[in-house]
Amino acid sequence: MATVEIPADMELVYKYPESLTEAHTHYCPGCTHGVIHRLIAEVLDELGVRERTIGIAPVGCSVLAYYYFNMDFAEAAHGRAPAMATGLKRVSPDKVVFTYQGDGDLAAIGTAEIIHAVNRGELFTTIFVNNAIYGMTGGQMAPTTLPGQVTTSSPYGRDVETAGFPIHMAELVGQLPGAAYVTRQAVLDVPGIRRTKKAIKLAFQTQLAGLGFSMVEVLSTCGTNWHMGPLEALEWAKEHMVEYFPLGDTKMTDRVRALKEGK
Amino acid sequence: MAKGMVLINEDRCKGCGLCVSVCPVHILRLADGRFNAKGYRPVEVTDPEACTGCAMCATICPDVVFTVYRQRRKPKQAAATA
Repeated sequence: MATVEIPADMELVYKYPESLTEAHTHYCPGCTHGVIHRLIAEVLDELGVRERTIGIAPVGCSVLAYYYFNMDFAEAAHGRAPAMATGLKRVSPDKVVFTYQGDGDLAAIGTAEIIHAVNRGELFTTIFVNNAIYGMTGGQMAPTTLPGQVTTSSPYGRDVETAGFPIHMAELVGQLPGAAYVTRQAVLDVPGIRRTKKAIKLAFQTQLAGLGFSMVEVLSTCGTNWHMGPLEALEWAKEHMVEYFPLGDTKMTDRVRALKEGK
Repeated sequence: MAKGMVLINEDRCKGCGLCVSVCPVHILRLADGRFNAKGYRPVEVTDPEACTGCAMCATICPDVVFTVYRQRRKPKQAAATA
């Protein structure tokens, strides 16, 4: 980038977050994983906790997240990020621990781990990226795939008679007494991205205050495996996913509410 | 005098066009006949003078291509008494 002179009366309003490395991501053009990575990085910068944060990467498209976040990272076996986070947070309670998991990781192979970690009231944060498909392995049906949605393993559309229903993780996890703050947000437009950032910030603040488990489910896109362009994918998700996966908080304890309103 | 300014890190751009779709003053486009190191058509600004520095492009960009500057707001009281 050429050096450009910044006029004296201009102030910096957006800069590259310190919590991201300079690495270029391998994500497809328009993939919202990039947006969610950026939001987490911005929040960790704002909270000033980058140097004591440990992230746990999943298996799936975001398996290489440890290359992209400028902080300590561990890589868990498929679906086991909550188990690893439990161990890390328990032995180092002063660290900020978060897992970054997709729907194949958290809602399929890792269902038992997340449910029991929440039920034990573990004090870490989970960022759950729901794009209704298995991205990395080539677009197979995920537990979150919508009824009738065509994937490589449901070529006639998901038949709920044989393949069951899309799983609502935010509602499921929100029911458990160990959860302090659980919400579902979407990064499908600018206002949604701003709300998601606020939710991610509150989730990390919940952890910092030791109030319990926090999770942000983020509705995301997979243009490549949905066979759509980046813009079309955002529109499809707004039209179909939000209807099936309603946005909003599914759990907010009184103490988290006080934390939110006190800020 | 432009109210805002964006710097574009072209080599990070994957040409997804999400920023082009959200820019309220329609001054972003994907380059025509020009490619970045990744082989994508990078985003470019057509009219820098029209930029308001709203940072919507930076908000939706999945690849952190933008750095955004905006003119400092003048204190409200000073403006009212002037």
